[in-house]
Amino acid sequence: MSEPLLSVGDLRTYFHDAETIARAVDGVSFDVTRGEIVAVVGESGSGKSVTALSVLRLIRKPGRIEQGSRIFFEGREILDLSETEMRDIRGNRIAMIFQEPMSALNPVLTVGEQIAEVVRVHTDASRHDAWERAVEMLALTGMSDPRERATAYPHQLSGGMRQRVMIAMALVLKPALLIADEPTTALDVTIQAQILELLQKLQEQLGMAVLLITHDLGVVAEIADRVVVMYGGEVVERATVTELFGAPQHPYTEGLMNAMPRLNQQTERLSTIPGIVPPSTAWPNGCRFRDRCSYAWEKCEMEHPPLYTIDGNHESRCHLAVEPERRESSHEPIAARGQVHR
Amino acid sequence: MRSSIRESVAAEPIGGRAHWTRHVIRHAGIAGGVLALIVVVALLAPLISPYDPIAQPDIIGLKNAAPSLIHPFGTDSFSRDVLSRCIYGARVSLSVAALATAIAVILGTLYGAIAGYAGGVIDAVMMRLVDAALAIPRVLLLIAILALWNGLPLWLLIVVLGATGWFGLSRMVRAQVLSLRELDFIAAARAVGATSPRILIRHILPNVVPTIIVAATLGIGHVIILEAGLSYLGLGVQPPSASWGSIIQDGADQVGSAWWISLFPGLLIVTTAIACNALGDALHAAFDPRQITGASTEIDS
Repeated sequence: MSEPLLSVGDLRTYFHDAETIARAVDGVSFDVTRGEIVAVVGESGSGKSVTALSVLRLIRKPGRIEQGSRIFFEGREILDLSETEMRDIRGNRIAMIFQEPMSALNPVLTVGEQIAEVVRVHTDASRHDAWERAVEMLALTGMSDPRERATAYPHQLSGGMRQRVMIAMALVLKPALLIADEPTTALDVTIQAQILELLQKLQEQLGMAVLLITHDLGVVAEIADRVVVMYGGEVVERATVTELFGAPQHPYTEGLMNAMPRLNQQTERLSTIPGIVPPSTAWPNGCRFRDRCSYAWEKCEMEHPPLYTIDGNHESRCHLAVEPERRESSHEPIAARGQVHR
Repeated sequence: MRSSIRESVAAEPIGGRAHWTRHVIRHAGIAGGVLALIVVVALLAPLISPYDPIAQPDIIGLKNAAPSLIHPFGTDSFSRDVLSRCIYGARVSLSVAALATAIAVILGTLYGAIAGYAGGVIDAVMMRLVDAALAIPRVLLLIAILALWNGLPLWLLIVVLGATGWFGLSRMVRAQVLSLRELDFIAAARAVGATSPRILIRHILPNVVPTIIVAATLGIGHVIILEAGLSYLGLGVQPPSASWGSIIQDGADQVGSAWWISLFPGLLIVTTAIACNALGDALHAAFDPRQITGASTEIDS
């Protein structure tokens, strides 16, 4: 296997305040190879967005990427770069699109100016050339009438068009890696599908890798090659998308799957995973998921599970991997209880 | 604020641009027209002015003449034509106000933007200094300064007026920058590799423009009044130059008998100040692109 484009190793991003340390990301490792789509899945508070921001080194105080973390990108250790070298990478080699396209666009600049701005920050292109590239890029995102649209202000565009603008802004310099933080969450369903299709199309066209942050397994199934499931600031399962959906190993992944609506399933109510993610200032001992897990036994409290290799590239951070018989004996599988919270 | 805009958009989804244009024209039209007239008169003073403003044609016969067709605003105690003096006085009053406000706006914006963007200790120290400066009444401060340096040249008067007028604006700018820098689009700007100065100038300051515009137009009105007050006290514009304020002062001790000397420059000051305020409000609306709504506007979320 060739050297990965991005290699995150033992990433720990902590937020320090006077009394407590919030360990938002606590030892996360994963690789992204050129041209593939890797999804990072998890619910709110699992640390996936902080992971994304850490890769770009956009963590602001009191947050800090701890010593010993490694983020290797295009043969360079990102954490050793100077701020100037880092700025050179942002928007140029690694681009990011944000969840809420309304607030991530500057309300007083036209969208064309904002896309051209990226070009002007990183290249010597003239004002005119940068503008032309912006229009070109808007056309590439399937925006009709791009020349006209480029002169619009963000509020004059619909949510879907704004997200196209964000994508144009991110991809105008043809980055090697695109980090998409919940790119479709703020959009309605029909637009979501269009945006995903567009992302996939551009990903193939430009041959870039995508790190897709999402909580939506539907999105994952649709476009991802590999999946990293995060819980409690850790990776709890890592697999290809086929393996993950075929045989989810970690009870948390299982719960997420059961919480997905399905057409061929006759249920009155969607199941949920009981409870919430514990606060990152106080992760429980042992397995961080055990309070919400119906399989949990003594070992889960005593011993923090490592990432067990299931087979090949499939890994799971659950003691069930070494004691599979417990899965059968458990009377009720997690999240099939039909509980509705709220 | 955003929600109120949403509502107004919702109320009038089509033809929003026309509505906006009407709104701005209605308010800016009158105020801007009045101000433009005063500015044009000031610029063309030598052509328009019926008499030489400092000529004293007949200090005995034409002393304190009431308004008439020959002297519409009357004459003062030196037989000078009050209308001509007001026309030339407009030059002094307006340029002092405009330049002093420009200085104040530049200082206030820079200071506030740096404090707000830097945050932390720098912000705290810079803002405590402004608090201290704001605790001293501006008029008293000016009287003290001007009394110490007797007979200040005009340009120094402008600098002093500007240098004492930016504290409030710097607080407003700082507060806005403080909230702006937390917004997603600033994070997005950082994520595309923009440097801090670039983020400040290109992404943050344009968002502060409405505040600056309003502060500047209100400031001009305020400085005109302030300068008039100082000149009235004999501390502002020094003879032979005359601002509206010093003309009022010329007539101050004979308001009972020759009311016209003080009344007309007073009316001009009031008119100009009101026009500045009204224009400030109209520009505030015009400079905020969120108020421009077009056919492509969609109401979502």
